[in-house]
Amino acid sequence: MSTATIAKPQAKQPGKGGRRMSLPVLLLVIAGVLVLTSVVRLISGADGITSTGQMSTALRLAVPIGLAGLGGLWAERAGVVNIGLEGMMILGTWFGAWAGYQWGPWTGVAFGIIGGALGAVLHAIATVTFNVNHIVSGVALNILALGTTRYLSKFTFEDAPQGSSKQSPPIESLGTFDVPGLSDWLNTLNEKHWFLISDIAGLVGGLITNLSPLTVVAVALVPATWYVLWRTSFGLRLRSCGENPVAAESLGVNVYKYKYIAVIISGGFAGLGGAFLSIVASNVYLDGQTAGRGYIGLAAMIFGNWMPGGLALGAGLFGYTDSLNLRGGTTNVHALILLLAILLVFGAAYLAWKKKYVSAVVTLVISAVMFLWYAGTDEVPRQVVSAAPYLVTLLVLSLSAQRLRMPKADGLPYRKGQGK
Amino acid sequence: MKKFDKERLLLAVAGPVIALVSAILLTSVVLIASGKNPFEPYGLMLEQVPYSDVQVLIINQASLYYIAALAVALGFRMNLFNIGVDGQYRLAAMMVAVVGAHVALPAFLQVPLLLLVGALTGAFWAGIAGVLKVTRGVSEVVATIMLNAIATSLIGYLTLRDNFGVLVGDNVTTGVMKESGWVPGIDLGEDVGEIYGLVFLAVALGIGYWIVLNRTRFGFDLRATGESETAAAASGVNAKRMVLTAMLISGAVAGLSGLPLLLGDAHTYSLSFPAGLGFTAIGIALLGRNNPGGIALAALLWAFLEKTSPALDYATPVAYEKEIATIMQGLIVFAVVISYEFVRQWGLRRQQKRVGAELAAQAANNNAKKEVAA
Repeated sequence: MSTATIAKPQAKQPGKGGRRMSLPVLLLVIAGVLVLTSVVRLISGADGITSTGQMSTALRLAVPIGLAGLGGLWAERAGVVNIGLEGMMILGTWFGAWAGYQWGPWTGVAFGIIGGALGAVLHAIATVTFNVNHIVSGVALNILALGTTRYLSKFTFEDAPQGSSKQSPPIESLGTFDVPGLSDWLNTLNEKHWFLISDIAGLVGGLITNLSPLTVVAVALVPATWYVLWRTSFGLRLRSCGENPVAAESLGVNVYKYKYIAVIISGGFAGLGGAFLSIVASNVYLDGQTAGRGYIGLAAMIFGNWMPGGLALGAGLFGYTDSLNLRGGTTNVHALILLLAILLVFGAAYLAWKKKYVSAVVTLVISAVMFLWYAGTDEVPRQVVSAAPYLVTLLVLSLSAQRLRMPKADGLPYRKGQGK
Repeated sequence: MKKFDKERLLLAVAGPVIALVSAILLTSVVLIASGKNPFEPYGLMLEQVPYSDVQVLIINQASLYYIAALAVALGFRMNLFNIGVDGQYRLAAMMVAVVGAHVALPAFLQVPLLLLVGALTGAFWAGIAGVLKVTRGVSEVVATIMLNAIATSLIGYLTLRDNFGVLVGDNVTTGVMKESGWVPGIDLGEDVGEIYGLVFLAVALGIGYWIVLNRTRFGFDLRATGESETAAAASGVNAKRMVLTAMLISGAVAGLSGLPLLLGDAHTYSLSFPAGLGFTAIGIALLGRNNPGGIALAALLWAFLEKTSPALDYATPVAYEKEIATIMQGLIVFAVVISYEFVRQWGLRRQQKRVGAELAAQAANNNAKKEVAA
């Protein structure tokens, strides 16, 4: 319910989905950030921030977040807030591992999807049929999923070879592949550390090196989701349930049915994300493996303004900050502080141009603090690195939240025939 | 109105009863499915209750749950989801431990100071989410979840040995607090243990919660904003200020929730301090219907499940998995929210029927009169 108050529909052209940036502007901004990153890399000498390995890790970490976000997108586009994504992911990791170590990784993937969908059925019954507050039901699902998987582990993994009550036996890998020729070439290019060219090579190279087939599937699901939701009549009906269920009902749409379908698909996506964690990202199920990724996926979706493209961008951003944890985080994050400081100067200039002087001064002061921090230290404490994804989420949301427009009836209760 | 009260009582009791019964039944189904005796675990858990040491454990644990759940309930009453109680509580407990280890005042100053530090730290951490919500429109659900994770990192940083960390044995702690900050408990003997002195703080907070919400202008505004933001705004309530105030108070209460344990027993903060209290509290607040009395019962039930379930692992001849208690907790929350909604609709239908019948009777009366007049 509270999310219903996030963004009062203030956008003057709701038809455009509240997006104010046109595509060329967006590309220009991305290019600008890339150039800046390159400059920062040359100044700080932290070559890791755009290395192929970093980007490859970032992609691997972004996939589960993106899948959870896509799950959230499906549910919320049909008007059901899904904070139970975390629980559905937990079910996905467990079921994926349980089927995976016995019958092979692909069966595991299928069971992960089913596991997530099972959780979603519960969420759908509570929210759609019984009109329980969506967040409450989601929180309950998260508790239940945690308890269930722990309980089940005692019966299954504890007795299995190499397993314990907190860990499953290892699962066979799905295998990885590179794009022949191109990957190597881009990697060499990246290692030359040239201005901009090496950075782009690192970015592109990271996206096509050491790929898991499941990563490819996950990435393909982003445009697929967009196509289904925005270019088919099925998608139109589903979205109409999230915007105005009464109107949808008056046009003969079975709102309950569409909400159920949307929530179950949502759970399938989250379950797939979970299965990715236990089968691809590591090769075992671990207790607490999801580590809040369901929540971050939800944040990525809000950051992406309830659109698949924005969501993918958000997931990429979080995947990247998360990957800093694993690879030379303390020096790399230190370099990124400089990047942030420079970006804030631009932000202050923009605010001043818009005649918002108070905000401009505040931004400038924060930027100055960042510069001082950068200049006065050589690296940041480890804890800053581990908090980075969450700090970035908060920062990005606080900068963008007011421009976002959620589906109009998102999280609101609906009863069949309430409009009569 | 008197007659109405009986109706309300029926509805208020029906919800939790239906929820508990169905949760127990569902848990039994889980037990049957895993090839176990479906009823014996409840017996085993109930057998623990007569032992005084278990009773003390339950009361102590319930006091933590109670305070944390009050913090959650405060938010719920105005449609705010403070999912960050967990982070607020952990950060506050750590700050109190640090202050308690470095400041030494006489006890009558030290204890209030520590309580104040806890409340302020919790309020500060929740306030970040509140400010972001009212100024930037960031959903407090996402913001508090992020703040939970950031709190973990911040605590990790502050308890580094370069900062406030002190090594005790193999554990990094914040150092033992000065004794003037220890709150004595009620000692019940050698084998039984102590009831935390701050259990009374929990009771006081519960009474305070009831008075503030039901007997003050502020409480009325808060509940009104929760029921309908537009209606509250129309009657002159500044919704933004209410959001921020409610968030701050909720955070302050959350900041106190770890203190019975910290000041009564642990006397230092380490990583073994219970995590996840704030999430448990959400379930407890829901079960207790955001009502101070209800929350107390729910907190006791939760503490009972938690403190008696370890016995299941050692039960003879057949051991049970203690995780069954966690499943039961999840099922209870689900059953609670569904049954409350179900009972609410059932109540509405009853009310509609009764009003309909009364109106029909009136209409029939009127018709009869008219016929007489004609």
